[in-house]
Amino acid sequence: MLRYILQRSGYMIVTLFIIVTITFFLMQLLPGTPFSNPDKLSERQLELMEEKYGLDKPVPVQYITYIGNLLQGDLGLSFQYEGRTVGSMIGERIGPSALIGGQAVVIGLLLGVVLGVISALKHNSFLDYGSVFIAVLGMSIPSFVFAALLQYYIGVRLEWLPAALWKDYSHSFLPSIALSVLVIATVARFIRTEMLEVLGQDYVNTARAKGIGEVVVILKHVLRNALIPVVTVLGPLAVSIMTGTLVVEKIFAVPGLGEQFTLSILVNDYSVIMGITLFYSALFIFIVFVVDILYGVLDPRIRITGGKNDG
Amino acid sequence: MKKLLLFLLLSSFLLLITACNFGDETSSEQDGDDGATETENDSSEEEGTSDESSGEKVINLVEESDIPTLDSSHAHDGIGFTVLNNVKEGLYRGDENHTPQLAMAEDHQVSEDGTVHTFTIRDAQWSNGDPVTAHDFEFAWKRTFEEVGHYNVMFETASVLNATDIINGDKSPDELGVEATDDKTLVVTLENANALFKQLLTFPTFLPQNQSYVEEMGEDYGTEAENVLYNGPFVLDSWSHDQEWTYKKNPDYWDASAVNLDQINVNVVKETSTAVNLWETEEVDRIELSSSYVDQYTDAEEFEVIELPDIVFMRFNHNLEQFQNANVRKAIDMAIDKEGLTNTILNDGSLPLNGLVPLNFSNSPDNHEDFREINGQFNEGTVEDAQALWEEGLSEIGSDGFNVALTVSDDENHQKAAEYIKNQLETNLDGLTVEINTVPFSARLEQEKAVDYEMVISTWGPDYSDPMTFIDMWVTDGPANRMDFSNEEYDELVQQARVETDAAARYELLLQAEQILMDEMHIAPLYQGAYSMLTRTFVKDVVHHPAAPEWDYKWADVE
Repeated sequence: MLRYILQRSGYMIVTLFIIVTITFFLMQLLPGTPFSNPDKLSERQLELMEEKYGLDKPVPVQYITYIGNLLQGDLGLSFQYEGRTVGSMIGERIGPSALIGGQAVVIGLLLGVVLGVISALKHNSFLDYGSVFIAVLGMSIPSFVFAALLQYYIGVRLEWLPAALWKDYSHSFLPSIALSVLVIATVARFIRTEMLEVLGQDYVNTARAKGIGEVVVILKHVLRNALIPVVTVLGPLAVSIMTGTLVVEKIFAVPGLGEQFTLSILVNDYSVIMGITLFYSALFIFIVFVVDILYGVLDPRIRITGGKNDG
Repeated sequence: MKKLLLFLLLSSFLLLITACNFGDETSSEQDGDDGATETENDSSEEEGTSDESSGEKVINLVEESDIPTLDSSHAHDGIGFTVLNNVKEGLYRGDENHTPQLAMAEDHQVSEDGTVHTFTIRDAQWSNGDPVTAHDFEFAWKRTFEEVGHYNVMFETASVLNATDIINGDKSPDELGVEATDDKTLVVTLENANALFKQLLTFPTFLPQNQSYVEEMGEDYGTEAENVLYNGPFVLDSWSHDQEWTYKKNPDYWDASAVNLDQINVNVVKETSTAVNLWETEEVDRIELSSSYVDQYTDAEEFEVIELPDIVFMRFNHNLEQFQNANVRKAIDMAIDKEGLTNTILNDGSLPLNGLVPLNFSNSPDNHEDFREINGQFNEGTVEDAQALWEEGLSEIGSDGFNVALTVSDDENHQKAAEYIKNQLETNLDGLTVEINTVPFSARLEQEKAVDYEMVISTWGPDYSDPMTFIDMWVTDGPANRMDFSNEEYDELVQQARVETDAAARYELLLQAEQILMDEMHIAPLYQGAYSMLTRTFVKDVVHHPAAPEWDYKWADVE
């Protein structure tokens, strides 16, 4: 097991390195400069500024400098927010994103499992059609529509929850609910399909034949096996939701990371693009790794290490 | 194992909540609750808003993005300029009529030839208690060159001695024509007399900085509310990045008796629909509307339109044969119904533009007549007139029509305008086809600078309140020309205006220059922008300047 983890860590570092390299060179293809208000900058002024920030050097030299700084843990300074370190920018803005995303995943997982289970158990009933309908709605309607509706009806008309801004904990509810819809739909669909398949398996019949109560059969034998594919999709989905979603953050005026990332690409803020890409990829790779480990926990038949010597 | 997992999950969740900057909020909220809670409505329990009965005067505003920096040497955008203008003060401050009035300087003597300006600094102090001295100005101005600030070119515009040479690398920043002869006396030497000098001194790049403080802060200077010293009407009390910032009245400001507001809360809200919802829940007191909301609020008593001096126009590539022909250019400009564009398509208060210098931007020095009204509307005519010009132009260049690529950036309004222009031109001018070429803003700029386009929808906003900021764009090889336009007479007029000290004569030169550019429609002006705003009726006397710094809250009040 330890050998497996070490090996995987090695791969993860190599993957990250490749991502950083590709992003760095792709980024150079973006038109324009990282300096704000370029409309007003004369050629001479641009030259002076590029010289000051080392952008006049050949791209490979800039790359080596960047990697050098990176190895020392220095992500550089933002161009747009002069003087602010990329590390502190990510640090400040991941919190709100992770909070609303995390809550969305929890809400989505709970409701999604309930919907999926009901749907599978009451197969081809009205309840089933109802939850399938909800799932299809959730998949096909983009979250910003829910966000706008929630904001208007719950925030403005009913005034049950704050419409927007980021002041106290209650401000995180509406964005979380808006984001959770996609998770509910995804989870419900997977659970339903998988449970229907598992319900037909021989070992379920065996369990029932042994006289085990229906609830225990469902929870211990059916649901547990149906969860495996859910874990596969949920990992990456959770990462992408928790690292920030542009539209929902914009609508609810949440100072999150998704909005920052999009903005940095639009304005060529090189160091921020690199920093967030690196952060996002690292998290993603790590979650995929955790998911692989979880497979083994959920289903002892899956041996991640595979070989006879291990385990 | 399971319990451990659950514990880890829960504790990371708690950690997350504490990491969400809610903490900053509570502190500023408590400040608000001390005496400021809105009485007008019952929906704002959780926000600290204005309350007259408790004596605290508070207003709540929105801005669409964060402050990039509080370092006046690096400041480069409207939001940063507005904040700096309200928390710091330079030698001059623009008053409610946009006229520069003495501020940190209490006296200003000019030598006979207009090149040596001697300022006496008034008794004022920084927010750490240090006195504001002439050295703070000398230090800040020179530092702007050392730091390669975005706007060091303003010193060149102001004709400060050696500014051009420093930018060109021929002299060191230390040789800039500014010197503090003692704590109270600042001597600024100009290359030549400059009619714009006083006006330019209200621009944030000319603000002072306390040397020992800036050096102590190092790279952190200007990155947080705590990392800057203030000497303006307000201090920045808190600043949560991309979330909100709070101004508080500066009790040590020299003119504190003129300042009425106790606190201004500014929330970062990027979506207009969100701002509208916050307006509806009475959490904010002033918002800007987009065109889709204008019809909904146009009858509200809080609704107002503020014309902006930001112009949108088309550049013609003067290297192309068809655009060297004046009749072709005039026909294209005349064939576009600009009123239809502003009233129907944009519908946000924008005004049609038939000149270079926008309306409500500059008044003549003697009889205070609007620049746009003196020079009038250029190239107005009917579709038939445009068609006649078009036929004439085509026969002059020996063509029976052509296809033109219209480059436009991916801005929503510009794209709408481009579609409209394509339709107008193709309908009204026989033989002209328009192909719209949408590119990102930065790509548009690169193509403009390389003059690698046929026609392009461009924008320009003023750097200071004087027509020169538009006129000097078009000098031969000027950095803002970007269409290879060159006219000796024009260059000559601009040069004369730069050194002319008689205000009326100078204005006349600027008017003439515009006529040269517009008589033959070297550009096709389209419209000038506007803010459609909602402002609570109890908010009074917020000053809006036509050029940066845009907003001044010094005299603002709540009734």
